[in-house]
Amino acid sequence: MASPLPVASAPARSVQTPAQRVVADFLANPVAVFGLVLLVLVVLAALFAPLISPQNPYDLAQLDVMDSRLPPGSPAPNGGHFWLGTDDQGRDMLSAIFYGLRISLAVGVISTVCALVIGLTMGLTAAYVGGKFETLVMRIVDIQLSFPAILIALILIAVLGQGTGKVITALVTVQWAYYARTVRSAALVEKRREYMEAARCLALSPSRIVFRHLLPNCLPPMIVVATVQVAAAIALEATLSFLGLGLPITEPSLGLLIANGYQYLLSGKYWISFFPGIALLLTIVSINLVADQLRDVLNPRLQK
Amino acid sequence: MIDAAEAITEPVLEVDGLRTHFFTKAGVVKAVDDVSFTVGRGEVLGLVGESGSGKSMTGYSLMGLIDPPGRIVSGSIILDGIEQRTLNAEQQRRMRGNRIAMIFQDPMMTLNPVLRIDVQMIEAILAHKQVTPASARLRAREALSKVGIASPDERLLAYPHQFSGGMRQRVAIAIAMLNRPDLIIADEPTTALDVTIQGQILYEIQKLTRETGTALIWITHDLSVIAGLADRVCVMYAGRIVEQGSCEEVLANPAHPYTRGLLDSVPANNERGQRLKQIPGMTPSLLDLPPGCPFRERCSRATEACEVSPEMRPAGGAGQSVRCFHPLVPVHG
Amino acid sequence: MLVFIIRRSMQSVVVLLVMSLLVFVGVYAVGNPIDILINPQADQAERAQAIASLGLDKPLYAQYFTFLSGALHGDLGKSFVHATSALGLILERMPATMELAISATLIAVVLGIPLGLLAGLKPNGATGRSIMAGSILGFSLPTFWVGLMLIMVFAVELHWLPSNGRGPTTLLFGLIPVSFMSWDGLKHLVLPATNLALFNLALLIRLTRAGTHEALLQDYVKFARAKGLTNSRVIGVHVLRNILIPIVTVIGLQFGALIGFAIVTESVFAWPGMGKLLIDSINFLDRPVIVAYLLVVVFLFILINLVVDILYSALDPRVRITESKG
Repeated sequence: MASPLPVASAPARSVQTPAQRVVADFLANPVAVFGLVLLVLVVLAALFAPLISPQNPYDLAQLDVMDSRLPPGSPAPNGGHFWLGTDDQGRDMLSAIFYGLRISLAVGVISTVCALVIGLTMGLTAAYVGGKFETLVMRIVDIQLSFPAILIALILIAVLGQGTGKVITALVTVQWAYYARTVRSAALVEKRREYMEAARCLALSPSRIVFRHLLPNCLPPMIVVATVQVAAAIALEATLSFLGLGLPITEPSLGLLIANGYQYLLSGKYWISFFPGIALLLTIVSINLVADQLRDVLNPRLQK
Repeated sequence: MIDAAEAITEPVLEVDGLRTHFFTKAGVVKAVDDVSFTVGRGEVLGLVGESGSGKSMTGYSLMGLIDPPGRIVSGSIILDGIEQRTLNAEQQRRMRGNRIAMIFQDPMMTLNPVLRIDVQMIEAILAHKQVTPASARLRAREALSKVGIASPDERLLAYPHQFSGGMRQRVAIAIAMLNRPDLIIADEPTTALDVTIQGQILYEIQKLTRETGTALIWITHDLSVIAGLADRVCVMYAGRIVEQGSCEEVLANPAHPYTRGLLDSVPANNERGQRLKQIPGMTPSLLDLPPGCPFRERCSRATEACEVSPEMRPAGGAGQSVRCFHPLVPVHG
Repeated sequence: MLVFIIRRSMQSVVVLLVMSLLVFVGVYAVGNPIDILINPQADQAERAQAIASLGLDKPLYAQYFTFLSGALHGDLGKSFVHATSALGLILERMPATMELAISATLIAVVLGIPLGLLAGLKPNGATGRSIMAGSILGFSLPTFWVGLMLIMVFAVELHWLPSNGRGPTTLLFGLIPVSFMSWDGLKHLVLPATNLALFNLALLIRLTRAGTHEALLQDYVKFARAKGLTNSRVIGVHVLRNILIPIVTVIGLQFGALIGFAIVTESVFAWPGMGKLLIDSINFLDRPVIVAYLLVVVFLFILINLVVDILYSALDPRVRITESKG
């Protein structure tokens, strides 16, 4: 409980560009730095999966069913160890996880970027044009956002069928509404600011006004939403794959790996589900930690 | 005003050397820096200063409402003969709203919007007295009529947003007076109201405190309000009291250059067409204030001597004192 | 107040009609209704008969009326797999899902609000920070994985609780089968309900904390303390009454989301609710059930929204009084 602070002006600080200040503020929180480091590690692991995996888990020639369901730490036939055990096909879990990370991240990022572009365009246009168009778009957004994402995704998969492209379509459809709503709120606030009046007075073309003036100022909240949404997209794809309605077996994301291991859980062979789950967890948690700090740092109301 | 017999009795409040500092990440803010004054029974004391002068913080300190990162660093607050700083949290709570009460500036924000008026009034009584809710309700009803609110029974069942600003402030006054405190601190209670309502509220508070003999500390930045209201006045600047004295004396013959500046900057009718007088410069930041008289940057009378902090010394009329090396009236002794 | 309820109810009916139109268009116009509603294993004669009885040879608007009247009579088609009314199947499973969702809400509220309050009162202490850190976990962990972990720890390793299924049921009010009234039923309920509750729990903790933090900065808290009220009254009455209003709204709206998330939890724990039915139906391409599920869920959502709106205006005196004037 705080009594109001007395009026006191702060001493002048050395001048930093806004970007520098954002970075400095971000790095000030050790938890956020931890999240960032973790995230970088995850992304690197995904990018360099073929290089760092002891085995290519999808090269059938390298697999031996005799190696299946070995516990973590078991020795591997060609020297070395199955550090995280093997699954029911004899795949090295560590390698499967690295490759799975790739797919999970790729799907998550692609769907987020697509949804971002669509949502941004719709939201900005709605805010700028206003009138019936805006009401219509926002109604659709509201209705869509009042349903849980998983439900919409499931129904879309049920209607469209399965496959990677369809999963991405489902993810994009689920997500665009968040971006549209966020950017529209931000744009409405910005629209009333003086620089927008000035731009209109200068008779700049609408697309120029929207993209050069309106958009940059609406970006900070979008960055936060996008970051959180990548994590949400990854989680949603994992859930869909776990339910057997996500990516096909040829593109095994972490969700599918976990689904594979589900049946062995009750017989104590936990590692087939557990480790991919940890990898998923680390990915999502690190993204959320970074997003949390970004939100605090970019929030103009919390600026001093 | 006070008559001679009352003036002899013990003062209701004695503040001595009060210091309230805020320990922020940017540095130490000395919001209240060595403040001392007394308030006699039934007396009206005006606490005048601009924003940032520490007057509100003084009020909160007296109420015990200073929260981290601030705290009262030193000094004594003797209310009704009891040293407040030695009291524990529960004992302090029993004083608040009971022996000492506060009226805040913005009545819109001080009443809880989701609770009914009667709830907010009755709880103030029940927090300190063991009475039945029914008799508490009766007392609340009386208090509302006393502050001039018509149809109090209906009003008790209403919510704050159904009242106008002036009426909300009347309710706040009624709440402050519920437990017949010895001292009421009014922190700019009329600033947020329309000018026409201001006068009414002023009158209301004056009348009530005189009827009940309650002492009043009126915090304001507006000298004209003080003029007709206060018996004595303290002028604050940068967390310190720079001048004290009877209201008449200080307003007629101010001792401190700042007080003079304040008086001069009030637009008066006979100066039409002339430039408004201003005190040059700006109020200093209370953060890491440099030593010396805080007013010296803006004072036309400042000299090297002012680089040392002056003490309060008696000057001018009876009971008047000033914290200045170059006061406008002669210093005694 | 009554006017408000009537007005909102009318709006809800309109939304319901619009949604039913969307579902209809999705099934009959975009999708191929013949594939969706008629069993693919039916032979020519059965197909022709089904087409005629479903009116699929009639113009679209006539089909919509048939669809609507069917819906009002509780006829949303027959399941391919079970050969019984699709709606009937769903209603049969609804109590299980409701039981899960209500239990999860209870857990989230009973734990979430006090924890959030605590975190809001001491934001910088160790308690506050660890509660907030925990809430981030609650958000980040995918529900299905937490479910798996719960099974792994409590069922496989510790053998304290069963790993799937619903316990024995008894009839509540002689009508609704519930499982929490028996010890065995409760044991089966604990894990899936906790799993479902986690996301909401994290959400409530964060909301309550933010609300408390903001409320404490308000002037009315200062004023309440200036009146000499005890701390417990200031927090328990003044702060709580203010933050509860938006929180109740969120709890209500989240109930709809819970029904959605339950799909996953029911799959992980083999809980025989509507969600599991949906997944099975998608896998078996039992489309009438999917359509029926959609309509039921849409109806539930609209109902929940309506109830929450009414509840909100009942709780916030500022809204209530302006609405009654309008």
